[in-house]
Amino acid sequence: MALLMKGEQKPKLGVFKFASCDGCQLSILNLEDELLLLGEALDIAYFPEASSRMDPGPYDIALVEGSITTEEDRERIKAVREQAKVLMTIGACATAGGIQALRNWADIESYKQVVYPRPDFVRTLATSTPIADHVKVDYELRGCPIDKDQLRRVITDLLAGVQPRIPTDSVCLECKRRGNVCVVVAKGMPCLGPVTSGGCGAICPSMGRDCYGCFGPAEGVVKGAGHPPNTSSLAKQFHDRLGLIPIEVVRRFRGINGAAASFRRESEAWAVEHTNSEGS
Amino acid sequence: MSSSDHGAFPSADLQRLLDLLGAKGHRVVGPTLRDGAVVWDTIARVSDLPIGWRDHQAPARYRLEQTGTGEVFGIVHGPQSLKPFAFAPREPLLQIERTNGGLSIYPRLPKPEKIALLGARPCDVAGLAIQDQIFLRGPYRDSPYASRREGLFVIAVNCTRALPTCFCSSMKTGPRAQSGFDLALTELDDVLLIEAGSEAGKAVLTELPVSPASETLLAEASKRIGACAESQGRLQEQAALPQALYDAYDHPRWDDVAARCLACTNCTMVCPTCFCHTIEDAPTLDGQHTERTRLWDSCFTHEHGYIHGKNIRPMIKDRYRMWLTHKFAAWHDQFGMSGCVGCGRCITWCPVGIDVREELSALLASDGRSAARRSDNP
Repeated sequence: MALLMKGEQKPKLGVFKFASCDGCQLSILNLEDELLLLGEALDIAYFPEASSRMDPGPYDIALVEGSITTEEDRERIKAVREQAKVLMTIGACATAGGIQALRNWADIESYKQVVYPRPDFVRTLATSTPIADHVKVDYELRGCPIDKDQLRRVITDLLAGVQPRIPTDSVCLECKRRGNVCVVVAKGMPCLGPVTSGGCGAICPSMGRDCYGCFGPAEGVVKGAGHPPNTSSLAKQFHDRLGLIPIEVVRRFRGINGAAASFRRESEAWAVEHTNSEGS
Repeated sequence: MSSSDHGAFPSADLQRLLDLLGAKGHRVVGPTLRDGAVVWDTIARVSDLPIGWRDHQAPARYRLEQTGTGEVFGIVHGPQSLKPFAFAPREPLLQIERTNGGLSIYPRLPKPEKIALLGARPCDVAGLAIQDQIFLRGPYRDSPYASRREGLFVIAVNCTRALPTCFCSSMKTGPRAQSGFDLALTELDDVLLIEAGSEAGKAVLTELPVSPASETLLAEASKRIGACAESQGRLQEQAALPQALYDAYDHPRWDDVAARCLACTNCTMVCPTCFCHTIEDAPTLDGQHTERTRLWDSCFTHEHGYIHGKNIRPMIKDRYRMWLTHKFAAWHDQFGMSGCVGCGRCITWCPVGIDVREELSALLASDGRSAARRSDNP
C-alpha cells in the first residue's frame, strides 16, 4: 500500500474533480475547525474549488472526486495518476460511478435528446465508470458525500506514515452501537443497511428512515480482500416478506451506488424478474 | 416461593418504588417507547413506562400493540439487553498526549453512576451474569466494565408471557429470575409481587410500604410463570449440543444458512452475551493528542477474522459457524456455561429472520451429519 515518507517538506495536496457535484470537495471545506490544522500539515497546492492557486504536480496526495464520463477525462485521470504518490478517490462517483452511472442501463443518445436543446454540442461516453476502472487507486473513501471525519482520519494516518484504516463493515454495526431501533424489523422498511458499508454513522436509520446505500456495498477492509455482501438474501427478504415488487427491488439497488459490482448484479437479476413478471 | 420473603403492593403504588430509588441516589432506567420498540431510558414517573402496550415478535419482525389495559410490564423486551449498561458500545479507554520527547498516557474511566434498571427480564439478568464472568472473573478484570457494573441496581421482572421467539426455559435462565438481581417483581393484574435478591435489595425493600404476599398470590404467580415456561418451544438436549456441534463442522446446513445470512452483525449486537470489541485510535491532525476507544465489534465483520495478512474466516459460512459453535459449544469449554440465554433477540432482530433454533435442529439432524461424513470420505 502507498504510504507517505516523512520528509522535510510539507506533503503536497491536489484535489481533482471529474463528473460530480462537488459535494465531497465541500466536505473537505466543511472540516472548518480543523481546516487551519490541515493547511499547516499539508501544502494545498491544487484545489480549484477552494483556491485560485493551481500549482503543478507532482503531488504527495491526490484526492479525486467524480467519475469518468468523457474522452477527455479518461486521459486526464491518467495524468493525475502519474503526478500522484497516493491517489485516493473520494465519494460514490469516483469509487462506483455515482448516480450518473444510471446511464449505463439507458440509451445515452435518447437521454441527450430529452435533456439538452442542442444535443449535438454534447460529447460524452455512453457510460459513467469509477476511477479504479482507469487507473490504480490506493484508497477509496465511500459515501455521497464522504464523511468528513473519515477523511480527516485517513489524512491523519497518511501524515503519520501509517496504513489508513477504512472499515467497510455494515451500517448495522454503527446503527446498533448507537442504540437505534432497526427500521427493517420494527417498521418493515427496505433498508439497505445490512449490505451497505458504514462510515456514515448510520445517519438515515438514526432519523427513522431506511438506508439507500450511499456508502456502497459492505465488504473487506482493503479493496478486493473481502467478499461481496449477501445482497440476494436481502433482496429476497424485500420481495418475499416486505412486499416489494421486482421493479422496486431493482430501484432499491440501482441508486447512488447502482454501478458498484454487487449492487449492479443484484439489480440486473431483479430486472430479469421484472421483465418476466411483465410478460406473464 | 414462600410468603415470608415476598411482599405485595398495588401496581398503582409503583411510583413509591421509583421515588425511593431516586432518594437513594439512583437514576431509574426502564423500558420506554421509541421508534416502534422499547428502548431503555430514564424513568421519572410511572407514566414514562409503556403502560398498556404489548410486543409481538417473530423472526425479522417486531410490532407493538396497545392493549388499553393497565399492564405495566406487558412488553417482554426490545432490541437492547442490559449489555450496554456495563459493556458500553463506545468506551473511551485512554487519552494520549505528545509531550516533550515522549508520550503521556491517561487512562479514562467512566464516571461512576448509580443506575437502577427497572424491568430487566430473567434472560437478561442471566446475560449480565455471563458478561460478569467474562469481564470480571477471568485473569484480567476489566476496569471500565467493573466501574459501570458496580453502579447497577437490577430490578428484574419475571415473565408471565412468552413470545414465539423465547426459549429461556430451555436455557434454564427464566421465566423466573433465579439470581443476579437486587429486586424481582412479578406482575399479577393490578398487583406487583416483590422479593429481594441481594443485601442492597433488602435495604430498599425494608423501606418500601408493602404487605406480605398471600399464599394465593404466590400460587397464582407460580402458575402463570409455569404456564409461560410451558408455552415455549423446546430446544435440543443441552448436554449433547457442544459435541454435536463440533461433529457437525462439515454439515451441509452451514452452506444453506450462509446463503441467507447477511453477515450484518445484528445478532451479535443484540446478543446479551456477545463481548467482541475492537480498539480505535483517533489522533488529531497534528498528532499531538489521541483518544483510544473500545467499540462493539462482531465476529461477522471482515476485520475480526483478519490476522497477519490473511482472513481466517473469509466466507459468511465461516463466520456463522464460528458464531453458533462458539455460543452453544466452545463457550462451555471457555467459560463453563452456554453463551446463550434464550432471549430470542437474534431471531427477532435478524433482518432475514434466521432462527438459531431451526439451525441447531437442522445441524443436529443425524441424516445431515451422516451426509457430511459421506462427503468427507468419497
